[in-house]
Amino acid sequence: MVIKNGAQDQAHSRWASGVMPYREMGYWKPDYEPKESDVLCAFRITPQPGVEPEEAAAAVAGESSTATWTVVWTDRLTSYEDYQAKAYRVEPVPGAPDQYIAYIAYDLDLFEEGSIANLASSIIGNVFGFKALKALRLEDMRIPPHYVKTFQGPAHGIVVERELLNKYGRPLLGATVKPKLGLSARNYGRVVYEALQGGLDFVKDDENTNSQPFMRWRDRYLFCMEAVNKAMAETGEIKGHYLNVTAASMEEIYERAELAKELGSVIVMIDLTIGFSAMQSMARWARKNGVLLHLHRAGHGTYTRQKSHGVSFRVLAKWCRLIGVDHLHAGTVVGKLEGDPSNVSGYYDTLRLNRVKADLGRGLYFDQDWSSMPGVMPVASGGIHAAQTHLLLHYLGEDAIFQFGGGTIGHSMGIAAGATANRVAVEALIQARNEGRDFLREGPEILERTARWCRPLREALELWRDVTFDYASTDTPDVVMTPSF
Amino acid sequence: MHLTQGTFSYLPPLSDEQIRAQVDYALEHGWPVAIEYTDDPHPRNVYWNMWETPMFEARDAAAVMLELERCRKANPGIYVRLSAFDRSKGRQTTALSFIVDRPAEEPGFGLERTDFADRQIKYTLRPYATNSPAGRRYSHGD
Repeated sequence: MVIKNGAQDQAHSRWASGVMPYREMGYWKPDYEPKESDVLCAFRITPQPGVEPEEAAAAVAGESSTATWTVVWTDRLTSYEDYQAKAYRVEPVPGAPDQYIAYIAYDLDLFEEGSIANLASSIIGNVFGFKALKALRLEDMRIPPHYVKTFQGPAHGIVVERELLNKYGRPLLGATVKPKLGLSARNYGRVVYEALQGGLDFVKDDENTNSQPFMRWRDRYLFCMEAVNKAMAETGEIKGHYLNVTAASMEEIYERAELAKELGSVIVMIDLTIGFSAMQSMARWARKNGVLLHLHRAGHGTYTRQKSHGVSFRVLAKWCRLIGVDHLHAGTVVGKLEGDPSNVSGYYDTLRLNRVKADLGRGLYFDQDWSSMPGVMPVASGGIHAAQTHLLLHYLGEDAIFQFGGGTIGHSMGIAAGATANRVAVEALIQARNEGRDFLREGPEILERTARWCRPLREALELWRDVTFDYASTDTPDVVMTPSF
Repeated sequence: MHLTQGTFSYLPPLSDEQIRAQVDYALEHGWPVAIEYTDDPHPRNVYWNMWETPMFEARDAAAVMLELERCRKANPGIYVRLSAFDRSKGRQTTALSFIVDRPAEEPGFGLERTDFADRQIKYTLRPYATNSPAGRRYSHGD
């Protein structure tokens, strides 16, 4: 519990029984210099009226490490100075008078090696329901190399994925089968075949495509692999379908993944809803079996979207890289789902780069050194289409997967034509970019000119050219940079 | 059929000028360019024949284009690709790879299905061209 100002008269000493402000118990250390091996966190705190920000920060540090609501003598049996998390800085948030960013350092010994479940239970375990805070958000974490090295990391990573697929120098292309529910397995496979044969690299199950009465998982796998192989034979190119292996138990998840592997699928897929430890199990399985691992971040919006409370997606992105997935949905900027351009650019760097510099304008609170851990391929999916290809390439770069679901399957000339339109658009823009053209500014013109010889692209542009999703983002950085685009 | 491996296979065939622009792009990034050729288009045929070693010393696209011309003359009517290699730490892999020559006629692939247990099918992809021995797979000089 938090003691309001002046209410601690009976606190005779640090060890007197009773309650005491957290900051007097050692959880507020403004002169603390974080060690290289500390885990650092930036929390956005909104204290209740009357609670000072330093005390609130100390309370977060206390409740996410060793403290409980009252003094306990058993602390004195421990080297508690080491195990107490230390709030070492509190800064007001510009433009939000009741909010502060609290920086807290945690000794590495507080965490089990290679366990996201343990890290999450510590850092976001109890403290988010704490009454003395109106709201609390974990904005960012610095994972020290000492801890990074205890995790497996991506089963394969971007470089190996490209080498396995024999695809270089351009974004990969995907689509999610629509409608995501209701198709029989045979009809579902038709969509997969058309989209791959038309030019996509991947097709994808959706997050809730598991094993329902209208389509059981095993039937879906068989028909999808027929589609994948047939499309490979007609293009001479490696193709894949993310077979979702999400199920109710680890036994069933393994059973599905094993069949996917035996059928020759290059990739399987899991949902975030299976939980961190199940994800880590599947990352091990994926590395052991040479199968790529796609993660759909199903459910993340429940705690990542609101700016004042929850966990930022950039933290989740870091955890997913440590857990070891190969693909992670990370926003489109221009599509139908939440994603401020600056924040999204920070997520993409977090997933792909080896060293990421702190940059508050992109929501990055700490330098992050990944110690050569391979990168995760970010996936852009949700309301994107061929007419936006130059924007996607500009914002997201070439090490990404552009997933045009409706933007493939909704094409007026059919699914294969929709796929071709997307592939042609990407290749034409990569060519123009490499030739030194200002592809962002000239993008629409490059696409229009390409469309003169490519009818599927022409039809796609006519259908979707004016479709935009221009809404204000909920989650934006506090520091606004002058846009450079 | 049209083999769609490589970065630009959905575009019309690249002119020499367009190829040179891509080579310039690679060299500007410090990526040496390699020339490779094959008459086996299987998607998992990773190791195409190398036309000498990657051109680590080439600073100018003209040198690459000259070698490409030599390779084309020596290997008419089969697949030729250019690949750029990024040796930087954390990459150390191919950065760009695109087909610059292909046979006039591409017969494509046969898909063999072998029934296995419980409705499973084992798939085998076989390029029709590889029914003939290497070197005699595509008609030359067209």
